[in-house]
Amino acid sequence: MYVVFNHPVEQEVIVADDQLSRVFAALADPTRRDMVARLAVGDATVGELADPYDVSIQAVSKHIKVLADAGLVSQSKDAQRRPCHLEAEVFDLMTKWIERYRQQAQERYERLDALLAEMRGDERRTDHRPAQGAAS
Amino acid sequence: MNATGNRHQVSIEADPTLPIIRMTRNFDASPAALMRAHTDPELFARWVGPNGMETEILDWEARTGGRWRYVARRGGEEYGFHGCFHEVGDDRIVQTFTFDGQPDGVALETLRFEDLGDGRTRLHAQSLVDSFQVRDQWLASGMETGVDEGYAKLDALVAELR
Repeated sequence: MYVVFNHPVEQEVIVADDQLSRVFAALADPTRRDMVARLAVGDATVGELADPYDVSIQAVSKHIKVLADAGLVSQSKDAQRRPCHLEAEVFDLMTKWIERYRQQAQERYERLDALLAEMRGDERRTDHRPAQGAAS
Repeated sequence: MNATGNRHQVSIEADPTLPIIRMTRNFDASPAALMRAHTDPELFARWVGPNGMETEILDWEARTGGRWRYVARRGGEEYGFHGCFHEVGDDRIVQTFTFDGQPDGVALETLRFEDLGDGRTRLHAQSLVDSFQVRDQWLASGMETGVDEGYAKLDALVAELR
């Protein structure tokens, strides 16, 4: 419930951001996640990326296209090898969005912390003064 | 020990293969206290938030097969939510969640209270939504009200990519 949805309210107002959806969709495929991990180490050509897999260059090119459409990978146009390059800023953007979402959950749970502390206090008072009202 | 002195942080994971969001968060409280804060309507209304909004519980039956409904208000704005308690066990709650403004949409929420001993508990919360698009909308919805600073890592996903 609240756990995830503190603010479905805003969800109505906001138009889903296509790029975020494309990024998540692109990363939904394990082969593409592997390729991204490989590119995080350094640029690589389509041939180099195809090497560890039992797939055709064409299949790898298709994966690269999905990653490129999501803005995760770019390919230099002029160089003959046309190495693929990971666009790290996209991860920063995604991280930033999710951090904002996380911050809302954090606020909610800090309210819960305060309430739980109060509940502990109530318990202690009850424990230590079993005969409530007797003192007056 | 006071509550504000303990800044346990929420961690969030967006599953890349399923339209799921997972969160974990530690609390300095027993599983029973945490369960009470989630099932007692008066207590629940006090923390569910968000900040600056009043929550009024309209219907509340926190038991297996029960249901709930509440409305959040701020100024003239009003937003309703409802769902069913599918299972209320000793250490977990399984329930559905629907925003009244999108009555066809439903999320399946699973909350589990893991006893860490010494009066500490870890909450595991998982939300399964209808589609990746909806899930990503939820995540992006943080943009409206979140803070600008404080970049942190999208731990699980980015770690996997490195």
